[in-house]
Amino acid sequence: MTNSGVFTFAEQVDGVLTNVSYELIGKARDLAADLDDKVTAVLLGENISHLTSELVAAGADRVLYVDNPELKIYRTEPYTQAMSYVVEEYKPEILLIGATGIGRDLGPRVAARVHTGLTADCTSLEIDPESKELRMTRPAFGGNLMATILCSDHRPQMATVRPGVMVREVADPEREGEIVELNVPLEKNNCYVTVEEIAKKIGQHVDITEADVLVAGGRGVGEEGFEMLQELADVLGGELAASRAVVDAGWQVKERQVGQTGKTVRPGLYFAIGISGAIQHVAGMEESDFIVAINKNPDAAIFDVADVGVVGDLFEIVPKLIEALKAEKQKV
Amino acid sequence: MKIIVCIKQVPDTNEVRINPETGTLMREGVPSIMNPDDKAALEAALRIKDESGATVVGLSMGPRQADDVLREAFAMGADECYLLSDRAFGGADTWATSSTLSAAIKQIGCDLVLTGRQAIDGDTAQVGPGIAEHLGLPNLSYAEEIRIDGNDVIVKQQFDNSIHTVRAKMPALVTVLSELNEPRYMTPGGISDAYREKEVTVWGREDVDIEDENIGLKGSPTRVAKSFPKSVKAPGMTINKGVDESVQFIVDKLKEKYTL
Repeated sequence: MTNSGVFTFAEQVDGVLTNVSYELIGKARDLAADLDDKVTAVLLGENISHLTSELVAAGADRVLYVDNPELKIYRTEPYTQAMSYVVEEYKPEILLIGATGIGRDLGPRVAARVHTGLTADCTSLEIDPESKELRMTRPAFGGNLMATILCSDHRPQMATVRPGVMVREVADPEREGEIVELNVPLEKNNCYVTVEEIAKKIGQHVDITEADVLVAGGRGVGEEGFEMLQELADVLGGELAASRAVVDAGWQVKERQVGQTGKTVRPGLYFAIGISGAIQHVAGMEESDFIVAINKNPDAAIFDVADVGVVGDLFEIVPKLIEALKAEKQKV
Repeated sequence: MKIIVCIKQVPDTNEVRINPETGTLMREGVPSIMNPDDKAALEAALRIKDESGATVVGLSMGPRQADDVLREAFAMGADECYLLSDRAFGGADTWATSSTLSAAIKQIGCDLVLTGRQAIDGDTAQVGPGIAEHLGLPNLSYAEEIRIDGNDVIVKQQFDNSIHTVRAKMPALVTVLSELNEPRYMTPGGISDAYREKEVTVWGREDVDIEDENIGLKGSPTRVAKSFPKSVKAPGMTINKGVDESVQFIVDKLKEKYTL
């Protein structure tokens, strides 16, 4: 039997689908169109059947779901067993997983179990028009280089995909799809762990990948300077973001970090203030629609990716910019 | 108790530059370092050794130069070190790397395997969970805290929006975040011993009990079809003209793009 179908892992936490689950279905639809094939979303959890219609609306032709108390909280082994069962039974051509904390734990375990290759943190996926193989492209060497990976002799071709990179399609509640509940025998073996406690991360919850405007600051902003950036973000109706140095210094929470080791964002408007433009940072924001950079160093690399660049002292420019933007708003 | 720590020698990616003409990596003069997450894993093992006694074993796979990071591991306090080095192991992707390392771990034997979460040159985070799968051990990823409780290991796992505290029976594998600790420095005596007294055990192809189809290029389901420098988009306009003009410039451009 030959493998077929583009499968995606529909990751849910506490009964809510993660954004990347929708993005994967959007991408899977493109790939399936090129292969003249169908999209199947695989949903694992407990009491999650209400999410199946959302996955169909998002673009899945079929949803396979497993409803089992052992899958209530993510644990590597039962999730691996369920996902490997799906791979063995349904023999997908392609399996996409979000490169979240959960996905990057589950993916390699499943790939090792079903003996296939896995390409991590892909930023581009396409079907080779001749061989029909999946071309998986990802950053390597800290974002210095891109590599295109093939998995020619093993199936499924597996990839984890960075959140925020693929584009989520508009949901169509009229779409129809097949919904199948699977009864997967889970074996409680030595790899099972006991969850003793779940602590939600404290601090204000923010998802910068969802923001249309981001005002990002680097080390040059200084801890106090972020109050000023917050004000600019407020005027623009945006959110604060930060470089790795800022998060390492403890001035901003990790949730706001943009870059190779942080989040990938593609807002409509991105302000890079006091950010030099290290390749690790640029890797996470260069897809933004419109980039404005303010930096005192005229040779800063950030100006290479900026649509609008201003060389100067951010502490002089930003306050005046806030005033000017407020004045513009008054005019309307 | 015996703890094996997997250690990779990596180029310091902060120092890697691209040749703008050829688009290739310029490796010359780029220092090789112990992968930061792995160093945290080694430190975690050494702290367990300090507290309750343990034998700490460093394990690496790579060219003979990877000997350097294992000497560093000795100088920090590792008791034994193994280097898997053979052409036959070369060209391995994460699948073949984890199967090769797992075969060596099986031969050495241990109660706990610690690896870094990911290496800074590949950033895949796949080798740790892959080793665990090949050995049939539980893997506890993204540890920001590790505790030993009798025959159990208790780990705080850092997921995207929550911290899971989980307990597993040993043997088990834990992948470690560099935030876990501040690795100790090598001591002068340790450095001297690392080169004079200690020996890295080098294992070649015939020393590792594993099938040919599970190592090196042959054992790798994936292959790199091509690598290329990132495409650079056409630069926009940058000005250097004093505060008021700069502010007006930004406002004008935003007005062109958006209705403010």
